[in-house]
Amino acid sequence: MTLSLRDVSVSYDGAAAISQVDLDLPDGQVLAVLGPSGSGKSTLLRAIAGLEPIAGSIAWDGTDLAGVPTHKRGFALMFQDGQLFGHLTVAANVAYPLRLRRVARAERRRRVEELLALVGLEGYGRRLPLTLSGGERQRVALARALAVEPKLLLLDEPLSALDAGLRERLASDLRRILTEAGTTALLVTHDQEEAFAVADRLAVVRAGRLVQEGPVGEVWRAPADPETALFLGYARVLTGEAAATVCAAAGVRTGGPVALAVRRSALVLAEDGPLSGVVVSARATPDQVRLVVDVHGVGQIDAVASSGVHPGPGERVRLRAEQTRLSVVP
Amino acid sequence: MERRHLPLRRFPVALLALAAVPVAVLAVFFVLPVVGMVGRGFRPEGHWDLGGVLDVLARPRVHRVLWFTVWSSTVATAATLLLGLPAAYVLHRLDLPLRRVVRAALLVPFVLPTVVVGVAFRQLLTGPLSWLPIDGTPIAIIAGLVFFNVAVVIRAVGAAWESLDARPAEAAAALGAGPWTVFRTVTLPALRPAIVGAASVVFLFCATSFGVVLTLGGLRYASVETEIYLLTTDLLDLQGAAALSLLQLGVVVVLLFIGARLRPIRTSTSRQPPRPRRPRPADAPQLIVTALLLAFVAAPLAALLVGSLRVASGGGDRWSLANYRALTSTGSHQALLEPATTALDLSLRIAVDATLLALVLGLLVALSVTRRTHSRAERRVRGLLDAFFMLPLGVSAVTLGFGFLITLDRPPVDLRDSPWLVPIAQALVALPLVVRTLVPALGGIDDRQRQAAASLGAGPLRRTLVVDVPVLWRPLLASAGFAFAVSVGEFGATSFLARDENATLPVVIFRLIGHPGPMNYGMALAASCVLAATTAVVMLVVERLRVPSLGVL
Repeated sequence: MTLSLRDVSVSYDGAAAISQVDLDLPDGQVLAVLGPSGSGKSTLLRAIAGLEPIAGSIAWDGTDLAGVPTHKRGFALMFQDGQLFGHLTVAANVAYPLRLRRVARAERRRRVEELLALVGLEGYGRRLPLTLSGGERQRVALARALAVEPKLLLLDEPLSALDAGLRERLASDLRRILTEAGTTALLVTHDQEEAFAVADRLAVVRAGRLVQEGPVGEVWRAPADPETALFLGYARVLTGEAAATVCAAAGVRTGGPVALAVRRSALVLAEDGPLSGVVVSARATPDQVRLVVDVHGVGQIDAVASSGVHPGPGERVRLRAEQTRLSVVP
Repeated sequence: MERRHLPLRRFPVALLALAAVPVAVLAVFFVLPVVGMVGRGFRPEGHWDLGGVLDVLARPRVHRVLWFTVWSSTVATAATLLLGLPAAYVLHRLDLPLRRVVRAALLVPFVLPTVVVGVAFRQLLTGPLSWLPIDGTPIAIIAGLVFFNVAVVIRAVGAAWESLDARPAEAAAALGAGPWTVFRTVTLPALRPAIVGAASVVFLFCATSFGVVLTLGGLRYASVETEIYLLTTDLLDLQGAAALSLLQLGVVVVLLFIGARLRPIRTSTSRQPPRPRRPRPADAPQLIVTALLLAFVAAPLAALLVGSLRVASGGGDRWSLANYRALTSTGSHQALLEPATTALDLSLRIAVDATLLALVLGLLVALSVTRRTHSRAERRVRGLLDAFFMLPLGVSAVTLGFGFLITLDRPPVDLRDSPWLVPIAQALVALPLVVRTLVPALGGIDDRQRQAAASLGAGPLRRTLVVDVPVLWRPLLASAGFAFAVSVGEFGATSFLARDENATLPVVIFRLIGHPGPMNYGMALAASCVLAATTAVVMLVVERLRVPSLGVL
């Protein structure tokens, strides 16, 4: 029960949107394909769904899917904006795939109720999609996709159209629903937080190429290259002398010159820290104070202080480096 | 006692000022003639006679005419949809070579003068297809109507189909729906407004068709429109004609209302219009229907062209340009008073005048009905104006022509000998099409663009130049071409107004086929070809402008 992509490419009028992607997704796992917009990640998803002509091979359980049309693949695809059928009620939308499979009426009704309960929308069956909020619509779309009992659930930016607070809540719901149903899923997103909240594995795509793939924690700890590091939320990538200075301060041993990805909170204000510098600017946030410090031997770099202290620009400060918030990039 | 103040209501002065000219023109040249015509029927001897009108509607012949109009239009509409829908799919969703050329070619029948359509079908059915016993039968009339209207379905439904978001269909496919199920449960519901809208317009055109029924139906089959013509010109039964006109007006207004309610709402930003894809084996049925349709459209035109190039000689006939050369003559048996070439020249001049008139009026109308409204009163006035300017579409051209004849012949408006009579009538016939082309373009301009320009310091003139003109020039050119094609081929109203010594080409063609003699018939074929070529060329140029919405199309 594995999805495997071998050397998959998609091109439009000769321009490659996806080139030579190899990818495996084991049963029951949720994989997030993460990439900036325009990187070809949605195309990859559509190719797996059978909506784009490809070169290479996409196989399910060792059987090549070439020539299998979308509706016979047994995958469900959930679109960015849900794509509910506007002329059908919520219940009829969820029942749509069940009708196609000629599920008996009573059983159909039971399943619809069950699915609506799963996504937290009991009693919404008779409403029309137009009367729902964006978040509710996405839940209905998810219930509809799950009604297929898909071998593989494909999610195209399922939460991007929602506002920040709702996105966070729905992301954890999505995680719960997917694990409860034991669904194998492939999620496409440009939002790293969404990927972290929902997925087990992470695949980073850039300019149509697969850059890195692995368990979420692993990818996050060890980005494959500087661009990936920046995309994964690292604030800066240091090189040369600056990298060596911060490495030494953090006690990270390196074999030679490296690039070092640092998160915004990698340097922390500390009385006895090994690094020293001059505060350039300071900005208070509810949790901490965010600083930009001109550190000797490093240059301008982000640092944080606990919200109790508030060093002003021009003040000399000492900093220590947090090893867990750094990553040596090959 | 305290005087109560009435709430001051802002009267839409600016709106009315803008609309004043077209309203005045329409009042004099449309309302007055139609009211005059209808008045003749209701007050034959200067006093009201409603019973007489009701008697007309009780005549058996009128029942036959009504029944024939309804069933032939229904069958023709159904056949048009059956042929047009597959073609709309093939020409707007599949990636075929020569797709644009085929689309333009299938648009040509719609702008062909109805007389030419009639002549072409008669030539086909009495010539190459004479073994089919359908000449002079309702089948011939219905075939002519389908030929004429299929472009409406292809354009209206095709445009909706082309801009249909592909993702709902993809979502259904991803949920396990096969192609036919996707079509039935997702695509068809999304297309329904476009299909019903196109069907109502086609039914309207079929039910009010004049030239096609007159040339193909002869005296045996009459629709309401040809019956009005017959009653006024041959039988001088104005009461009967007025009754039928009123009935027709009522039905048409209802149909227009339904059509307007169902007019697809164009969302200006279709977020993901699909790319046309390569045809697959499963598309074979649609491709076959499209090929049949092409043959169906090409056959009468080919028959017309071939017929115009053959002249009788000895026992058989031979290739010759004699029919075209004869266009400089007046035909045999004094069929015409002036040579056909004079008529062509006159037709073109009149069409230019009519086009200019229709454009000026149409632009004023479009500007006034798309103006931003600030109050409910203004909105209401705007809605009324919009409906008012669509009326010429609903009134039979025959009624209009005859009304011109009987009301504009004495002061205050005496145009009996004015060269402007025919252009004005034709401009009124073309006006709704011009308005329907300009309004979507003007309405599609986001008013905030003008506001943005104003906030950057642009005056009214500058705003128009920067915001409106770039959007409007293509639709304006396209509607000019459209109006020109309609005017050049206009037959219903012109047949009343054009005199023998200054007849337009469609009138000349009709006269030629009514006169005996092979030379006259050959001339009619040649003149039809010239007229068809003129309108076709104009329409192909218009098609190059790629205006999204052409009149009702």
